[in-house]
Amino acid sequence: MTRMSYREAARLALAEEMRRDPRVWALGEDLGRGGVFGQYQGLQEEFGPERVVDTPISEAAIMAVAVGAAMAGTRPVVEMRFSDFALCAIDELVNQAAKARYMFGGQCRVPLVVREPIGMWRSSAAQHSQSLEAWYVHIPGLVVLAPATPADNRALLKAAIRCDDPVVYLEHKNLWPLEGEVPEAEEVAEIGRARRLRFGNDLTLVSWSATVHAAAEAAETLADEGIDVDLLDLRSLWPWDKEAVLESAARTGRLIVAHEAVRVSGFGAEIAATVAEELGIPVARLGAPRIPVPYSPPLEAELQVTAEAIAAAARRLLARNVGGRV
Amino acid sequence: MNGSAAPNLDRDRLCRLFSVMVAIRRFEELALEAAREGLVKGAIHPSIGQEAVAAGVCCALRREDYLLSTHRGHGHTLAKGADPFAMAAELMGRRPGTSKGKGGSMHIADFTVGMLGANGVVAANIGIAAGAAHAVRLLGEARVVCCIFGDGAVNRGPFLEGLNWAAVFKLPVLFVCEDNGFAATTRTRALTAGPGPLARARALGIEGVSVDGNDVRAVADAAEALLAEIRVGGGPRFLYAETYRLMGHTQTDAGAYRPVAEVESRWRLCPIARARELLTRAGLSTEEIAALEAEARAPIEQAFTAARAAPWPEPELAWMDVQDLGAEWPVTAAEIRL
Repeated sequence: MTRMSYREAARLALAEEMRRDPRVWALGEDLGRGGVFGQYQGLQEEFGPERVVDTPISEAAIMAVAVGAAMAGTRPVVEMRFSDFALCAIDELVNQAAKARYMFGGQCRVPLVVREPIGMWRSSAAQHSQSLEAWYVHIPGLVVLAPATPADNRALLKAAIRCDDPVVYLEHKNLWPLEGEVPEAEEVAEIGRARRLRFGNDLTLVSWSATVHAAAEAAETLADEGIDVDLLDLRSLWPWDKEAVLESAARTGRLIVAHEAVRVSGFGAEIAATVAEELGIPVARLGAPRIPVPYSPPLEAELQVTAEAIAAAARRLLARNVGGRV
Repeated sequence: MNGSAAPNLDRDRLCRLFSVMVAIRRFEELALEAAREGLVKGAIHPSIGQEAVAAGVCCALRREDYLLSTHRGHGHTLAKGADPFAMAAELMGRRPGTSKGKGGSMHIADFTVGMLGANGVVAANIGIAAGAAHAVRLLGEARVVCCIFGDGAVNRGPFLEGLNWAAVFKLPVLFVCEDNGFAATTRTRALTAGPGPLARARALGIEGVSVDGNDVRAVADAAEALLAEIRVGGGPRFLYAETYRLMGHTQTDAGAYRPVAEVESRWRLCPIARARELLTRAGLSTEEIAALEAEARAPIEQAFTAARAAPWPEPELAWMDVQDLGAEWPVTAAEIRL
């Protein structure tokens, strides 16, 4: 094991994949300077400006070029800088990348990775803070990944680059400096497998991305109160590990899904609905209220799904299950 | 006199271009007929009147070159060498279609001849073409990418972004603006500021030429010259070809927003009629020209006859080629029909 940051782990993953496969290349704004968060530091020096390409601020072109380049035999890794800016390239991603294989009857594949830094971070306000993973999960043809730890940011990014279909890769901006243990050996994640952070029999807690850390904190607090939480980091939102979630929920009889994105039509709704359909057990969802992300810290805090909020929801759900409706 | 080699070469090329145009015209006629009979369910966008652009440009491409087209892409695709039977079958949603019946007219594609797809979104193919060219550069290949779009595309953002990209990275792309006068059912000129598409390309440092898009020989000459410049590393080039859409926007649009006299006058400039004159001037007899036409039409007619009898795709095909990971599959055959 080596200790490294989430940022460092992603850089290592991309460098390893670029060394392994000459068809892999990266394109986006300011990559030569290391990318806006330093996640590309040193890559242009190693691989040259032909493979780590500085692009104009043309999100639609960046994404469309990646689509064309993927169809023509390369494996582009697209940097969108902020996930919010990817909305300037939504036709290219949704109508083109996600559809080409299908609408051309399997004549081509579009093996591209779109890296979209998500989430609330340093008072970035309404246009630099969104978590729109549910939009992408809704689109047939896309794989959607959201790593929460340095180890996963290496193993999942490598898996994403090796995937033959378009992958939306959501890194959380607040996690860039997060340090953690990363295996020495090269590890490629199996896409679609959740990771269990904690085993428990009282309640299933499902989360992903930065909210996993709040969920882990909540599980600690609840453990002190004698409540054993089964905590799953989904990691992969499409495909998602239905098997692991259903196994856990069937065992605990209660499910909470917690995410940073807006709760209304968030991906938590899909998981909760699936569990309710399959098992008929009580479910609860935690997410942001349906308001844009504000700038000022006390206002931004209104939206955050905190460890306290998750623990409180767990207590409510347990009380409801024991004593009926609360 | 320089002997007869050059004129013969030109005459052979003209015969080939003429045959391709006739084949496209027949394809569009039969597609419209099949649509009238209810055999083509979705929208088709006939390119009748625009055959010289398709033939002139696409016949100048090599098999390994890539082509990206538009929703009005039957002609381009045929001229690039796609199988007319697979195309006709695709229009009718049949199993042997180019995309197994999953794309239809607006998503005609034949990767075996480098045709990377027609596109249902105006201007969307421009950035994709730049990307295919970027891959050609990265892989060290000798291909050229040809991207054909209509006059309506020049008012969308991807036109600026894609052309800028191709110019900045000096990529091997031939951009072709096929100006048929109409953005759907509105005259494009009324909604397009400035001196036009070629001027916009030049403003980005992309050189190009303007041609009479109904003169197949002029289109072919221009395309060949521009492609030669691209092939020696000159970067992207732009061909602006003015033509006229003789039919409506789709099979259900009669095009009644245009004065009858205007359309009639444009029929007199029909590119096939004009090519016939060129052939006559090159010494072909009326009989020889008629024979060429019959020869060009026959395989198209056979293609449609065969496509009409082609099988439907199995329902299971709806579930295929979505994605490798996370593809949903019905548990039982009964669920397929849900």
